[in-house]
Amino acid sequence: MNEILQQLTEASGVAGDEKEVRLLIRDLIEGHVDEWQVDTMGNLLAVKRGSGASEMRVLVDAHMDEVGLIVTEIDSDGTLKFLPVGGISPRTLLGKVVKVGRKGLTGVIGARPIHLLKASQRDSIVKTESMRIDIGAKKKEDATKKVKVGDKATFATRYEENGATAMGKAFDDRAGCAVLIELLRGEPYPFDLHAAFTVQEEVGLRGATVAAYATKPDVALVLECTPAYDLPNERDVSPNVMLGQGPAVYVMDRVTIQDPRLVRHIMRTAEKNEIPFQIRQPGGGGTNTAVIQRATTGIPAATIATPARYVHAPTGMINLDDFNNVIRLADATLRTLDASLFERT
Amino acid sequence: MNNELIQKLVEAYGPSGFEEQIRELIRPEVEPYADDVRVDPMGNLIVHKKGDGSGLKVMVAAHMDEIGVMVSHITKEGFLRFTNIGGVYPHTLMGNRVQFANGTVGLIYSERLEAREKVHSLEKHYIDVGASSREDVPVEVGDAAGFRRTFLAQGAMLSAKSMDDRIGCAVAIETLQRLERTPHDVYFVFSVQEEVGTRGAQAAANALEADVGIALDVTRTGDTPEAQPMSVSLGEGPAIKVKDSGMIAHTGLVRAMKKRAEAEGIPYQLEVLERGTTDARSIQIAGAGAAAGTISIPCRYVHSQSETVHAEDVENSVRLLVALLAEPLEI
Repeated sequence: MNEILQQLTEASGVAGDEKEVRLLIRDLIEGHVDEWQVDTMGNLLAVKRGSGASEMRVLVDAHMDEVGLIVTEIDSDGTLKFLPVGGISPRTLLGKVVKVGRKGLTGVIGARPIHLLKASQRDSIVKTESMRIDIGAKKKEDATKKVKVGDKATFATRYEENGATAMGKAFDDRAGCAVLIELLRGEPYPFDLHAAFTVQEEVGLRGATVAAYATKPDVALVLECTPAYDLPNERDVSPNVMLGQGPAVYVMDRVTIQDPRLVRHIMRTAEKNEIPFQIRQPGGGGTNTAVIQRATTGIPAATIATPARYVHAPTGMINLDDFNNVIRLADATLRTLDASLFERT
Repeated sequence: MNNELIQKLVEAYGPSGFEEQIRELIRPEVEPYADDVRVDPMGNLIVHKKGDGSGLKVMVAAHMDEIGVMVSHITKEGFLRFTNIGGVYPHTLMGNRVQFANGTVGLIYSERLEAREKVHSLEKHYIDVGASSREDVPVEVGDAAGFRRTFLAQGAMLSAKSMDDRIGCAVAIETLQRLERTPHDVYFVFSVQEEVGTRGAQAAANALEADVGIALDVTRTGDTPEAQPMSVSLGEGPAIKVKDSGMIAHTGLVRAMKKRAEAEGIPYQLEVLERGTTDARSIQIAGAGAAAGTISIPCRYVHSQSETVHAEDVENSVRLLVALLAEPLEI
């Protein structure tokens, strides 16, 4: 069992409320970093001193936050109205068990049983606004003793492994956090490694925006988790990335064209070290790379991701070989980083 | 202005994010006239012409990148599916050609049309490079292509696949070459990644912290049959931008542009663009802000493979910018 993945994915860290994850990561990297601080927004910024062979400033980012729910109103019947924080499809919500607030109070997103559904309701999608979290309170007064408006809720999903397959919530982006923790626990790099465990990615890349300005690196690597869409398909159309085919290397998404020199370096490093990799389908999506690349006077940046099925939902699925290969690829990419890669005539 | 330089620029390959070839073309044109030339981390080419110390710090931006496509999937039969880089319209695609960095040329066509008057969305188009299997395809997923079209000069009509914004680059180069003396510290920035969201100019503006930002870019016209109304026409002079959907131009800068144009007898038009923006947007709000505006070269058929400008508008854009930069700016 990968205990770091288990602890990280079972922790609660809805965007804007990442404290539990931050404290956990702080413990996990303690003794492996030379300094750390928490900035105003809540980003955990750590430095692992290098051997001194290189003067480059290198930033590696992974975001701590996950998508989740926020309580917006407590109804007279004691149930909780809520809204999504970040992108969650209402199709994934009904009947799911959630943990509400920092104390992790258990609730369930109520679903009307099939016996009581009209024929017309059976195939229709219920809107998030008409769902409620039920914590078993009899009336509003009971509920307000335990829950406040503004409390966040996450899915109560346990981490499980099944051979090389891992199932759990919030792989996006605790998988990235776990990779970054492993890098910090390894041998020193030629340069000082600036690690940024960032907040509020899921609501608009907000934490990384200030982390990039604070660090002002020469180059940045973003560790992510990207949706795999590799289920059986009738037509020969593009899969996004496939589970088990190795780390996903970004080239272009909706908000970033990754630095081609760094992308090339990543791919060559993979080939040299015989690490399998796949090019993530260019097109939609977006990562912290967008804001880091354009921060200060511009920063060469690129993204490596662990593919995951069913992200932004109660249970996702990754392949542990992919995950371990992301660690290997990120590590090898960093160890061979050289300023000459980015020199321009 | 010389059409040879324009032709070289507009026929070259340079979709957003992959502007190296354009940068290499521009560099020798500007080097003899500049005090300093450098390339920043994102790939912007920054060309400094020193002033006499009495003026302002001015950033002039023209973007090197063009719209294009990127391979997203290769089928077993060797056809390429693709996604857009910037604002690519499906109705401009069928039968057109694209070129990749390695020289490979592809033809674009679409799946069977159900109704002839309806165009498929981008996902139902594909690129044919003449391969008969996936193994046969000389490019890979993630490779970018620009459109391919030879330059046309017919009288005053200049037409190409990437007037947006190589004509802006040409105006910037010509301005630098003609500008003998200026009170201002002028930085000509040949920027990257404008078409995907004025990204390159953002980083360059952060670095330069200019007082004044001027973008050179194309703008659409309203002078063609049944066009969306817009009071900019081809051949009636450079358009001084007042507003677009990303920026309200600095009123003092607009006034200064109008005044210089009138003093020099340069025809001009005023531009209000309802959809679209330029690098000036990024320059305006970078750092502590800058007085920003745009000199637009009127252009028909923007984001098609026949983007068309008028030679006199191009010449007058150069004259206006030279006139503006040669004198103190009162804004």
